[in-house]
Amino acid sequence: MTPKSGNLSPQPYISGTIDMQTFDLEAEGLRALNTALHAQNDTTNQTAWEVINPKGSHAIAVGLDAPIEVTVKGSTGYYCGGMNQQATINVHGSVGPGVAENMMSGTVVIEGDASQYAGATGHGGLLVIKGNASSRCGISMKGIDIVVHGNIGHMSAFMAQAGSLVVCGDAGDALGDSCYEAKLFVRGSVKSLGADCIEKEMRPEHIELLKDLLERAGADAKPEEFKRYGSARQLYNFDVDNAAAY
Amino acid sequence: MNDKTNIPRTMPIQSATFTNEINAEIRRAAATGIYDIRGGGAKRKVPHFDDLLFLGASISRYPLEGYREQCDTSVLLGTRFAKNPIKLDIPITIAGMSFGALSGPAKEALGRGASMAGTSTTTGDGGMTQEERGHSKQLVYQYLPSRYGMNPNDLRKADAIEIVVGQGAKPGGGGMLLGQKISDRVAGMRCLPKGIDQRSSCRHPDWTGPDDLEIKILELREITNGRVPIYVKVAGARPYFDTTLAIKAGADVVVLDGMQGGTAATQDVFIEHVGQPTLACIRPAVKALQDLGMHRKVQLVISGGIRTGADVAKALALGADAVSIGSAAMIAIGDNDPKWESEYQKLGTTTGAYDDWHEGMDPAGITTQDPELMKRVDPVDAGRRLRNYLKVMTLEAQTIARACGHNHLHNLEPEDLCALTMEAAAMAQVPLAGTDWYPGKGSF
Repeated sequence: MTPKSGNLSPQPYISGTIDMQTFDLEAEGLRALNTALHAQNDTTNQTAWEVINPKGSHAIAVGLDAPIEVTVKGSTGYYCGGMNQQATINVHGSVGPGVAENMMSGTVVIEGDASQYAGATGHGGLLVIKGNASSRCGISMKGIDIVVHGNIGHMSAFMAQAGSLVVCGDAGDALGDSCYEAKLFVRGSVKSLGADCIEKEMRPEHIELLKDLLERAGADAKPEEFKRYGSARQLYNFDVDNAAAY
Repeated sequence: MNDKTNIPRTMPIQSATFTNEINAEIRRAAATGIYDIRGGGAKRKVPHFDDLLFLGASISRYPLEGYREQCDTSVLLGTRFAKNPIKLDIPITIAGMSFGALSGPAKEALGRGASMAGTSTTTGDGGMTQEERGHSKQLVYQYLPSRYGMNPNDLRKADAIEIVVGQGAKPGGGGMLLGQKISDRVAGMRCLPKGIDQRSSCRHPDWTGPDDLEIKILELREITNGRVPIYVKVAGARPYFDTTLAIKAGADVVVLDGMQGGTAATQDVFIEHVGQPTLACIRPAVKALQDLGMHRKVQLVISGGIRTGADVAKALALGADAVSIGSAAMIAIGDNDPKWESEYQKLGTTTGAYDDWHEGMDPAGITTQDPELMKRVDPVDAGRRLRNYLKVMTLEAQTIARACGHNHLHNLEPEDLCALTMEAAAMAQVPLAGTDWYPGKGSF
């Protein structure tokens, strides 16, 4: 890594070639990692990064905004990939709560399982969880696409506003409670639907949407095997006769 | 034969329990089947700063000359961890009010007025608008449970981040923005269908409890490289414990909002019956700071019913570092102005009482998204009026501080105060006037 002219700040030690920057999180610390990643821009030639020794640390690779690829070699704590823009983040392990929370764009791929609130409030981009996701997956999602190869926990897609949640396995209780315009696709069983969430017709445009998401997520499933769920739109405006549903 | 017409009759007596106001609400509820929704803060009378008095200087303390000797009003917020604390010329900030709840011109006016007065303004539910950022020299970006309009680009443009846990008008509740105000622009910023009744979340979607909050603060610091202060805003519910936990979670600043603090819209029952008066919240919060050795290191901002320089001085004397105003700032830029009385009458209300902000029909053009109504706010003129008001409040607070012998507003102290009522004495922990005692201190 070549220090820029006039930059007197000490640079963290990052080994590797121009093709792959290897960052030892345990040795260098979290702020140094995120600072180094934040320093990348659209024209960087340091496009491939490998983070070793994550050891469950929180807030790894948060707030990125460059078309780089970051591979985390191990499991992470809370908020890995939070507020991501443009970057592709691969986690070779499992992730704690709030992975890719409020993601705007880019891709986050988790090889293992994800804890609560995966993809919470995300506005865009693609989150792929190859294992299972815990409760409240996609809570308050605002345009993000989430594909879970396994199962998801209860209260997933709660107050989900926009985007798609694809579940190749089963969904827990109260799926899509109080959701708005998000599209929910589940291949397996749904333990129960939340307030104002109903099964909906799977039309050709949904099959196309699902086909694209499954391909991009590397999921071995056919769109025709899924059912679609979404808002009945009965709670959009207050009606005293619906008070029991609130 | 008695003449019954001459028998004295008992006077009609109105019930103190079933008042006309209560009866009207019962009839309204029976007719509509929905609770009353309104804006503003608690209207009931609660112990407040008016129940405190300053003692002024005497033989034991000498005053400062009003027009000659300096009385500093500046304040630094966020000195604990942030690389760039916020430096304000005056200890009066503008509280979070959303674009959506308020019109674009109203938000611009708040930014202009605050900037001219040397203080900060704050976003609200729904995100940051260009008008607001452009006209606010120092802008605090609220990080709310709904995360409407939340994006990292705006986060990085902020001068501070305020994690909103609670609001004085509705501790434990989320905001409401009814369909009338969900215009195309508001709907677009919030990723919601136009015209729906939007009910914001009451708790954050991706953290629960103080341990998670610490990690959330870590994440926000990482995203902003530790550049800006992180505020934590709590409602006046359990001020000692909430302040303690916010400090332990890593807050740079604690914002504490008492029950007189306003809201754009929520249930009246919530506003009037949940939370503690602002006056009751300050001393427990200050004690929490002192117990952790953090008083003046983590700054305390008090809001909820601040109206005058006297209120500012009293809040600071009780230990706050700064105050925040919302309702008063709205009045300064034209809310509930008597010049719109005839229009208030048409809406079934009157000047000073108009609080149906959720309906989007505000004659003053402030709490509306109606393009015609919002033209009534001239952001330049309204901003100037807010600047004037902030300056007057500051001068008033300085006047009091000098009279008490202090050359900085932060040198005001509880010993400068006495209380007019037992309740205020107990809450503020300053002596009842004419005594050296307050409830809870020693024996009567």
